[in-house]
Amino acid sequence: MAAVNLLSTRGLSRNFGGMKAVQNVDLDLQQGKIRALIGPNGAGKTTLVSMLCGRIPASSGTVTFLGQDVTDMPAHKRISMGMAYTFQITSIFDDLTVFENVALAVQHRLGRAAKQLKPEVLATLERVGLETRSDQVAGDLAYGHQRLLEIAMGLGQEPKLLILDEPTQGLSDGEIDEFIALIREVSANTTVLLIEHNISVVMALADAITVLNFGEIIAEGTPEEIHANPAVQAAYLGG
Amino acid sequence: MRKSLTLHLGLIALLFALQFIAPAYHHGNLARIMVMASFAMGYNIMFGYTGLLSLGHAMFFAVGMYGMGLSATQLGLSIGPAFGVGILSALICSLIVGLLALRTIGVAFMIVTLMFSQTIFLTILYFGGITRGDEGFVIKQSTRQIFGLDLSDATTRYFAALLLFSLVLLGILWLVKSPTGRVLIAIRENEERAKMLGYDVWRHKLAAVVMSGTVSGAAGAAYGVLFGYVGASFSQVPYSIFPLLWVLLGGAGTVIGPFVGTLFMFYLIDLSSTVTDAYMLVVGVILVLLTMFARNGLMGIVRERWAKWLP
Amino acid sequence: MEFGPHLMLAMLEGLVQASVLTLTALGLSLVFGVMRVVNVAHGEFYMLGAVLAWWITSLLGGSALIEFTAALILAPLLVGLLAGLADWLILRRVDYDPERTIVATIGLLYIIQQVTLMTYGPDARPVAPPFNTRLALPWFEFGENGFALYWPWGLSTTSYKLFVILAAILTLIGVWLLMAKTKIGLILRATQLDSETAQAFGIPVERIYALVFGMGAALAALGAVLVVPIQQAHYLMGADPLLLSFIVVIIGGLGSLRGTVVAAILIGMSDGIISVFFTPTLAKMLATLLVAMVLVYRPQGLFGAKPA
Repeated sequence: MAAVNLLSTRGLSRNFGGMKAVQNVDLDLQQGKIRALIGPNGAGKTTLVSMLCGRIPASSGTVTFLGQDVTDMPAHKRISMGMAYTFQITSIFDDLTVFENVALAVQHRLGRAAKQLKPEVLATLERVGLETRSDQVAGDLAYGHQRLLEIAMGLGQEPKLLILDEPTQGLSDGEIDEFIALIREVSANTTVLLIEHNISVVMALADAITVLNFGEIIAEGTPEEIHANPAVQAAYLGG
Repeated sequence: MRKSLTLHLGLIALLFALQFIAPAYHHGNLARIMVMASFAMGYNIMFGYTGLLSLGHAMFFAVGMYGMGLSATQLGLSIGPAFGVGILSALICSLIVGLLALRTIGVAFMIVTLMFSQTIFLTILYFGGITRGDEGFVIKQSTRQIFGLDLSDATTRYFAALLLFSLVLLGILWLVKSPTGRVLIAIRENEERAKMLGYDVWRHKLAAVVMSGTVSGAAGAAYGVLFGYVGASFSQVPYSIFPLLWVLLGGAGTVIGPFVGTLFMFYLIDLSSTVTDAYMLVVGVILVLLTMFARNGLMGIVRERWAKWLP
Repeated sequence: MEFGPHLMLAMLEGLVQASVLTLTALGLSLVFGVMRVVNVAHGEFYMLGAVLAWWITSLLGGSALIEFTAALILAPLLVGLLAGLADWLILRRVDYDPERTIVATIGLLYIIQQVTLMTYGPDARPVAPPFNTRLALPWFEFGENGFALYWPWGLSTTSYKLFVILAAILTLIGVWLLMAKTKIGLILRATQLDSETAQAFGIPVERIYALVFGMGAALAALGAVLVVPIQQAHYLMGADPLLLSFIVVIIGGLGSLRGTVVAAILIGMSDGIISVFFTPTLAKMLATLLVAMVLVYRPQGLFGAKPA
């Protein structure tokens, strides 16, 4: 079976003032796969995914999602089409309960079927292991639990494409193992784009890896290929 | 849900009972307070639940009031349809203001709403030939009749005010518990996150402005109907500050807070105006104290300490 | 009077108004620029300046010149101190949060206004100008004998009005020198650019804020002392300057001092000229609407650069 591209970009670029944060990126995400996006700090990873989901507009180039050109589409419409984005810097509703946080993610997908809301929210919380904390105020959670809540909000949307921006930052080793298991399970019916610094997480999860440096793709391939690529090693060693 | 429904229905029942018990003076005050609390509840939709601070709500109150008053006196509509015109005017006004003002955020939004409101006030003065400018005009008792009921009669007036108050109170309770209400709160808490959950933030904000302006306009129209007077002073800056004050005092983002704040403030000013002409001093002192020491207002404190379920 | 001399008279009146407005708006702009907060009580500091000027001149004996000089120095100083104190006691405690600051300064507005009502009372009271020589002004015509100057009846101003314009210009130069040439100015500009970094470099940001808030109020008070021999002191006189200052600061670009000065002169002049020829209500109505639209469509102001 030929691989179907869920999302593609062509010539995607973004300038901030005179600085080229992302240049000429052609990226294809195959349906059902886990893609990791890696690169040194300041390589433009967050800028790139922000253009994918519409948080910032592209300076030039196109984004195609589900066969539709979404380059000029506002973020909320892309999300409604089936993208989900979890923030690098935890962005939850601090003053609302854990339940309300996830309810907001689930409710949008359910539309009028309000009766389903409660069971679905609780099921989502159970997947990340927060079911016993559903009545706690989100801002009171420990940092690791807030990261899990952020991920739960992504899962609650049941997206076709789940974009995770450094999800394991600040998690303990045990939590990271649980996270890896969770994403494996999710990837059965969701395409995942994972920005990640922790190389062992990348190696454990990714079907393919894209490496970004100074806003450009410098390598793309299987984890083994990337591991052996001299350009990647040079970029990481600052060569 | 049951607790909160009991509380709000209980409040309505209490106000219903007070009609028979309260002495004439307080009876009249309560009717006024219920109308003004409806104004404040309208304000609360934007400020308390959506996080949009308007400094120009007097314009919605006044547009509702003048829409009603002018269509009754100039066009000769009977009071029911005139009331409808008032509400419709406020709806249109809030739609236009929303479409324009929501292009700005933060401090600019506050100043834009203030400026629009000031424009409405000056418009009322400019068309003094029709509006009677600063003086305003009286709606005759003979006009204030509906279904054979005399709305200038104290008892009828009290029940009419209670009806408006109850509809707004229960309507907002329903809104807050609805999916839309949940999204408004999400926008207040973290707009960027709400957007990245797929919600059209701009449309929700516009809806909040229109609901808020329309409810405030309905209160203005009702005020004109029940107390028989339409005047430019209701479109001036103090009437934009009052709902902010009432909501802050009672508790922004609580359904019952605006009523509590209005009640408190009304009697506080009432008491102090027997001592001094400078009763607005009380308004100033309370505003400062609230921002410094009690951001969440009276009901906000109740919610923090005792009743987390309070909507 | 013919149109020419009438217009010149209107422009002179406009220039006096513009001078006072420039000082008042500059105060508001300074506070917004450095502290990023909107001071709704600004008009009340203006009013306090006028009322204090009346008090100082009526308490002091002596010639009008001595009385007025005392008021010119003391009233802005006292108002500045009071504002600095209010900043320290109130605004500092609400962390200069933009929304809470607006609400707190609305509270302050009513407190100042109502305390003035309770003490000074509801009357409007005049202050005698220190000097008030009438100066007739010439106009020209092209007659049979070619170009000729003459002195139309009614075309005149007073030495005091010219002094107001001069005092405003001197104050402006003073503020400019302070901002551009002194260490305090450097600190203010650094705080304006990035208060957190400024704090990290050891600038006492809170004290700077109190100073700026005091300076802003003092500028308004100075404008009011200058105006009070022309216009009487009254406890409700703060509303119009507040609104006009808002308009100026918005048109000039929020926080831009140069834009503020240009806009103040423009608006002060046109307000002065318009009120000589047209009904004030319509002018105000259109001006207010225009300003709202400027904020909606060009929030950086008419003179500000578009942010990147």
